[in-house]
Amino acid sequence: MKLFRMLGISFRDAFKSVFRNFSLSLASISCITITLIIVAVAIIASFNVQNFTKEIEKDLTIVVFMENDATEEEVLNAKNQLEKMKNIAKITFESKEKVKEEMSKESEVFDTVMSSWTDEDTPLKDTFQIKVKNVEKIRNTANNIKRIKKVATVKYGEGMVDQLVSAFSSITKVTYGIVIALILVTVFLIINTIKLTIFSRKREISIMRLVGASNMTIKMPFIIEGMILGAIGSIVPILIATFGYLAFYNHFDGYLFSKLILLIQPEPFIYTTSIAIFIIGIIVGMIGSSTAVRKYLKV
Amino acid sequence: MKMDLIRLKNVTKQYKNGVTAIQDLTLSIKKGSFNFVIGGSGSGKSTLIKMLYREEKPTTGQIVVGGVNVVRLRNSKVYKLRRKLGIVFQDYRLLPKLTVYENVNFAMEVIGASKVESRKKVLKALEVVGLKNKIHNYPDQLSGGEQQRVAIARAIVNEPKLLLCDEPTGNLDPDMSMEIMKVLDTINKETGTTIIMATHDKDIVNRMKKQVITLKDGRLVNFKEKGTYNNEAV
Ligand SMILES: Nc1ncnc2c1ncn2[C@@H]1O[C@H](COP(=O)(O)OP(=O)(O)O)[C@@H](O)[C@H]1O
Ligand SMILES: [Mg+2]
Repeated sequence: MKLFRMLGISFRDAFKSVFRNFSLSLASISCITITLIIVAVAIIASFNVQNFTKEIEKDLTIVVFMENDATEEEVLNAKNQLEKMKNIAKITFESKEKVKEEMSKESEVFDTVMSSWTDEDTPLKDTFQIKVKNVEKIRNTANNIKRIKKVATVKYGEGMVDQLVSAFSSITKVTYGIVIALILVTVFLIINTIKLTIFSRKREISIMRLVGASNMTIKMPFIIEGMILGAIGSIVPILIATFGYLAFYNHFDGYLFSKLILLIQPEPFIYTTSIAIFIIGIIVGMIGSSTAVRKYLKV
Repeated sequence: MKMDLIRLKNVTKQYKNGVTAIQDLTLSIKKGSFNFVIGGSGSGKSTLIKMLYREEKPTTGQIVVGGVNVVRLRNSKVYKLRRKLGIVFQDYRLLPKLTVYENVNFAMEVIGASKVESRKKVLKALEVVGLKNKIHNYPDQLSGGEQQRVAIARAIVNEPKLLLCDEPTGNLDPDMSMEIMKVLDTINKETGTTIIMATHDKDIVNRMKKQVITLKDGRLVNFKEKGTYNNEAV
């Protein structure tokens, strides 16, 4: 009961000071707003990148080409060895004959060319298509498969995924750098805002001490003031993130560039993002205000 | 001994700049007593009072106020001592943007008292100092004497055992000063609040006939019941 009463008083005083020093508060709020907009974009981008790289990885297939002269027995042996490997989820075999059949169906030119090939000089190969359980170990698995007898080549989409992921991860790193720099500037501004409030309430604080206010009671309004600045600063970024993402998603129909890059469904993604932005805003505000209290409100 | 509210033992206070403001002071003050602390400017009156509410710590010696060992009290617990006492200064220290009522209520609010309890106590305190008809005025609409009475009301609103006053009449003319003294005397007599008041106003001391603690250069030179302002001692 008493705790709630004190908290209520702290909130009242904090709100009062936000509006009393409004020009300075506004500077802090604007800075938080800019920072949080960038944070929001970073969150939305990095989660989407994570999401679609996962999607792409799911489709990742290892294709194993046997030597042209591999006998049926040797192919069977290779299949047995593949089945023993731990990281392999699914094996689909396609024989030379089946490849030939499929290609013949596609065009008559292929058909006439291929009918001249004998079993000995055919360039066609028996293949296995393999899905792995753990994509991160795909390189390892591919290397193991290469060692199997009569395996000619092993292919998987190494280039594409790796490049995509590394491109996005460097973008992410740069974004994090910018976000951290902006947060530092924001914290600095909040410290100054709260410092001014502390100085403008010096008389009040000294009287509070005289009449026996606890340290917590004295400090709380200032800490809450920073949190309020953070909360107010998160309003515009939340609106931008929510409506911006919705518009973006609808404009591209849920895909970016190609069907390969699938965007995250707006719901509940935008809600969790909004909550994250709100919490980050409050935490940044609190870091600023508690630093100011520690530095300028000696008790 | 049990009746002592305050006990000082061999208290010395040396400020960082090397000035010794209080020297080897041993003193005890009885519950319910009214004490003047007199002495010339710089004799250590304010320093003594500051040590009692733990604004300053003695360099050596012991101070016990209402059973609290003030010297060993941790900074974070000082507020507990402050809630047991009231403090009044020469310059009133009111908040200019608050009304009389709000200024007194401020002391209740920051210690977390409920509105109902606060209201009762604030009105009672303002009645004691005779300002019940001015509760909605702002400090700048009051005379010096009235402002000081608001400060006294704020100091006694939480019913402290001890009231410390550092030159409370220092800014007031003799008439207003006597008004303040009447209020303090009433508080002392009616609620048994122990009062310690630093002053260099001869008239007041001689008229009131209370206990007098005389300091000179930080030393206790005289401690008399029903004392007067003794020029030779000072
Ligand atoms: N904060 C301080 N720092 C250094 N010296 C001080 C401080 N406060 C008081 N003094 C010195 O201590 C002595 C006693 O001061 P004070 O207690 O204020 O005396 P009084 O109230 O009787 O005039 C004076 O010499 C004064 O200059
Ligand atoms: Mg003094």
